[in-house]
Amino acid sequence: MLRIYDHPILGKLRERRKVLIEVDGKRIEAYEGEPIAAALLAAGIRVFRYTVRRNEPRGLFCAIGRCTDCVMTVDGTPNIRTCITPVRDGMKVETQVGLGRWGKTR
Amino acid sequence: MNPELSVIGSGPAGLSAAVESAKYGVKVEVIDENILPGGQLFKQIHKFFGSKAHHAGIRGYDIGWKLLKEAEDVKVAIRLNTIAWGVFKSNSRSSIGLFDQQRVFLSKPKKLIVATGATENPLSFPGSTLPGVMGAGAVQTMINIHRVLPGRRVLMVGAGNVGLIVSYQLLQAGADVVAVVEAMPRIGGYLVHALKLMRAGIPILTSHTILEAKGDREVESATIAPLDKNGSIIGGGERELEVDLICLAVGLRPDAELCRMLGCRFTYVPLLGGHVPIHNEDMETTIPGVYVVGDASGVEEASVAMEEGRLAGISVAESLGYITEGEAENEKDKIRGRLRDFRIGPFGSPRQEGKNKILAEYRRWLHSEGRRSS
Repeated sequence: MLRIYDHPILGKLRERRKVLIEVDGKRIEAYEGEPIAAALLAAGIRVFRYTVRRNEPRGLFCAIGRCTDCVMTVDGTPNIRTCITPVRDGMKVETQVGLGRWGKTR
Repeated sequence: MNPELSVIGSGPAGLSAAVESAKYGVKVEVIDENILPGGQLFKQIHKFFGSKAHHAGIRGYDIGWKLLKEAEDVKVAIRLNTIAWGVFKSNSRSSIGLFDQQRVFLSKPKKLIVATGATENPLSFPGSTLPGVMGAGAVQTMINIHRVLPGRRVLMVGAGNVGLIVSYQLLQAGADVVAVVEAMPRIGGYLVHALKLMRAGIPILTSHTILEAKGDREVESATIAPLDKNGSIIGGGERELEVDLICLAVGLRPDAELCRMLGCRFTYVPLLGGHVPIHNEDMETTIPGVYVVGDASGVEEASVAMEEGRLAGISVAESLGYITEGEAENEKDKIRGRLRDFRIGPFGSPRQEGKNKILAEYRRWLHSEGRRSS
């Protein structure tokens, strides 16, 4: 686990409600309200998508919604910036290939 | 309903601008695309520098809480999760295009303050797009706000203040920082920050650069090499470090696209991060009623951003008739004095020169406008 439970300045990690999200069919635990990207990193997932032409892996880069490297398909909608989009219980997150494909949206 | 003043961005600059203008009675609305206000303040867990007037000794997030409290006290409306996707000039007003995740609409304030901050610079090298290569500020957001480590063994690229501070914060978060490389022959940031790393035994390799990031689908190692005094790679000195996270702390550039869309004049000031909107001593751009503050007007520090925000806030209150010119000038003088104090010394004075260039460009523009209309 890559969560920082104890911190010399920030203290202990605040316990919050947990939710379950589905990443490429696999269920992972997340803290309510945290960005999708944080939940993925905590689960050790760093490859978020593959590029259109060269099929190269991409992950989180700027973490403030600027660079769009971290986009994934979320609940059937492609190109969602996972660094600024909070998780929701039951959310379906998919590794995006190229421009992604529209699926069944919520 | 249209606010009298719209502030885009709820970081230190935007919040300070909103608080200051609201204090005098201006009806202000702050727009931010994030879920939480405060911009990058809440990830600054270190103590600030400078004098008491500059919040020295206070941690960034405490400044954030203080600003949010002030904003609440003077009834600043903060509209979160709302994207300002464009601005348009219509007659003498600006219309701002907004999207609040449900509907798209226009807001037509009398005055606009752009406080949209800055973006981290990328650096191009083989493997630089691999997952595991991240901006240092991005890593700071992940470890200090979301409390998640994006990697365990880290190479930091850049020994300016951001590189040094984030390296130390990575240690605090429980990661191993394998090395800090800096292409310049000297450490760029404050010595206190560098000393903290040195005491922890972290090598700060000046005149070194990253050549390549390697890994199958994610970063598994980094190759670094020494540079000679002309900045050329010294062959044979390459070393491969086993790391899973490479942080880039190679500067920031102002995010002022909204000013660009409105047609504000820009100038190029490398010391302040690149292309910046020209502005006057009140932070007003070449479009009357449109102001730019904080990193969007040139990358400096949060302390400076807050002062610039206040300057613009007072100017807006003055131009809307909430305070007299005399009162406003009195307050503005105090702020300008504090800004001057901040921009001295080896770190500050180059920024003062940069700001002087922007002001000079504004005066030149005003002069040529005057000639055209007469």
